[in-house]
Amino acid sequence: MELAADGRRAFCYTASHAFDPQKPTLVFVHGAGLDHSLFGLQSRYFGYHGRNVLALDLPGHGRSEGPPLPTIAAMADWVFGVLDAQGIASASIVGHSMGALVALEAANRRPERVARIACIGVAYPMKVSQAFLEAARKNEQAAFDMETIWGHAPQVPFGGNPNPGMWMYGDALARLARLAPGVLYNDLKACNDYVSDFAGVKCPVLFILGKRDVMTPPRAAATLIQKLSNAKVEMVELSGHSLMAEAPDDTLDVLIEFFSETRTDRPGR
Amino acid sequence: MAGPKYPDFDTLALHAGQSPDPATGSRAVPIYQTTSYVFRDTEHAASLFNMERAGHVYSRISNPTVAVLEERVAALEGGVGAIATASGQAALHLAVATLMGAGDHVVASGSLYGGSHNLLGYTLKRFGIETTFINPRDLDGWKNAIRPNTRLLFGETLGNPGLDVLDIPSVAQIAHAAKLPLLVDATFTTPYLMTPFGLGADLLYHSATKFLGGHGVAIGGVLVDSGRFDWEASGKFATLTAPYEGFHGMDFEEESGTRAFLLRARREGLRDFGACMAPMTAFQILQGIETLHVRMPRHIENTRAVVEFLSGNSMVEKVIYPELESHPDHALAKRLLPKGAGAVFSFEIKGGRAAGRRFIESLRVFSHLANVGDAKSLVIHPATTTHYRMSDADLAKSGITAGTVRLSIGLESSADLIEDLDRALNVAAKQAAAKA
Repeated sequence: MELAADGRRAFCYTASHAFDPQKPTLVFVHGAGLDHSLFGLQSRYFGYHGRNVLALDLPGHGRSEGPPLPTIAAMADWVFGVLDAQGIASASIVGHSMGALVALEAANRRPERVARIACIGVAYPMKVSQAFLEAARKNEQAAFDMETIWGHAPQVPFGGNPNPGMWMYGDALARLARLAPGVLYNDLKACNDYVSDFAGVKCPVLFILGKRDVMTPPRAAATLIQKLSNAKVEMVELSGHSLMAEAPDDTLDVLIEFFSETRTDRPGR
Repeated sequence: MAGPKYPDFDTLALHAGQSPDPATGSRAVPIYQTTSYVFRDTEHAASLFNMERAGHVYSRISNPTVAVLEERVAALEGGVGAIATASGQAALHLAVATLMGAGDHVVASGSLYGGSHNLLGYTLKRFGIETTFINPRDLDGWKNAIRPNTRLLFGETLGNPGLDVLDIPSVAQIAHAAKLPLLVDATFTTPYLMTPFGLGADLLYHSATKFLGGHGVAIGGVLVDSGRFDWEASGKFATLTAPYEGFHGMDFEEESGTRAFLLRARREGLRDFGACMAPMTAFQILQGIETLHVRMPRHIENTRAVVEFLSGNSMVEKVIYPELESHPDHALAKRLLPKGAGAVFSFEIKGGRAAGRRFIESLRVFSHLANVGDAKSLVIHPATTTHYRMSDADLAKSGITAGTVRLSIGLESSADLIEDLDRALNVAAKQAAAKA
């Protein structure tokens, strides 16, 4: 579905369903340099199981018009702009990596509008190495290689993809090749610079972490988890950073369980 | 700080797509000889059917053994994924049928395998898809043949049998300027000699029957997508960017972005046309791929020795091989195929059709048959076999004459191959002398 947010053309995937004001809404926010389709299986499931789904392409990503937003706070505000454009008062948010920071910041800024959040593959602080940042700033292939290799568990190039016939590295590289120059750097810098005390986050938070995550190792989420009063952690044994692709069923199962507890979710409007 | 490193080609050829079987620990790829897969419950079944979960439902659509082959070839080619098919021809058909329908048009190289020429020139025409064949070396020809209803540019990395080297960077540029994808048949080059996606091609396929298998025991094809072509931005591919009634109104590009082409090809093409690969075939082709990086250098080494021998033989009119300076694509081959210009080539024997027949019948090590890319050396006479349906004019466009002999050089001792060729050429020469 195409919509206007902040006066710019934006895209969100809705699992081929029209908005139903009687259903609760689940927003999906992707990670650095990625787009909505990383949540393909999970967002489709919820779209066919009783929820409005808005799997967003952040500005400058996928089908949404650029330029990209420079900070996590601006991205969180933009998400609220999308909800406003749809007349949605309250929603739950699933975020991956940078998208998880966006989900946390949204819950921090406007707790009354965020029912629950699920943070997939996240760390705080999300410090990015100088070499990675510099390569991304120069739009060098090395940055895409780091994103691709560190973005998956070490066994991915050898292991079977749960999605038959697909090659995860190739998919990541093809996606990055479609990005406008500077978008990956923008995203990495936004992650690197993000600071919060998360004092406003009151809603239930689910952490889904990959035990083999190289990009955001589970230990790097420990401080963040301790800061939150209502956090639950699910560790996925064989997955790296790209949990939705590497362990799609495990990721979906814990999301289903977490959001099935949301009987008190208010309808979208 | 050193950056991370991708596994090398040789390692991917042995490992990509497979971790030891979780059920048994089997190191070799197990042959999942099953048609179907038990669902956990009805909810799980519904989720698999509606693409909410990854997994296998029915082996016409996907199979765990076949999936290893698909992922491995995609890894070697640098694609987003692949679909294994019943043959190379099925892969070409699947690519075309996924992108277009009646009323659409293909621009194709005139130097194609005869089977591909038949499919495009005759069979698909009957279903309303037209093809314009052009000289692959004529870049203006590619450009000028594009019409508003064109949906694909198509050629072979090494044309059959004249070994025209497709100028992939230039043809891809022409295709992309017209918002069209370039599909290449990469059978003759294999990912070891060339990776077409790195040169600008968008889609490719292999007749896996040939060098990928290498053993001549299994027929199969593999269609690979680079994931780099933006179907939405092109605006010419409704099959990928408009809701599809045949799958709950799915817009494949919206659903999966980089994976849209393969998703539609699998969910429609394999589902409805059904030209899938059998698990045993996938297993057999995987055995070949595991040694591709060891076999190809030997194929090239032997080919160079045979080419050198034939080039100096008095019974040989000319040798057509891109590594020779006499070949019109010599400079292009040096640029695009630095590891070698393949192991299939042609030569013209003096004495025409009769000499050719005598030569072929006198060979002992080379096998006379309709295949290439085997570990065993092969020989064929295109004008009476692979290209026999083509008119003389079309033959000439493909660079074939009555005296053209095509060789596929295998892995035997090059000394034995040269001795075999030398003896057969002498027999042909004696016959030609007797006639004179």
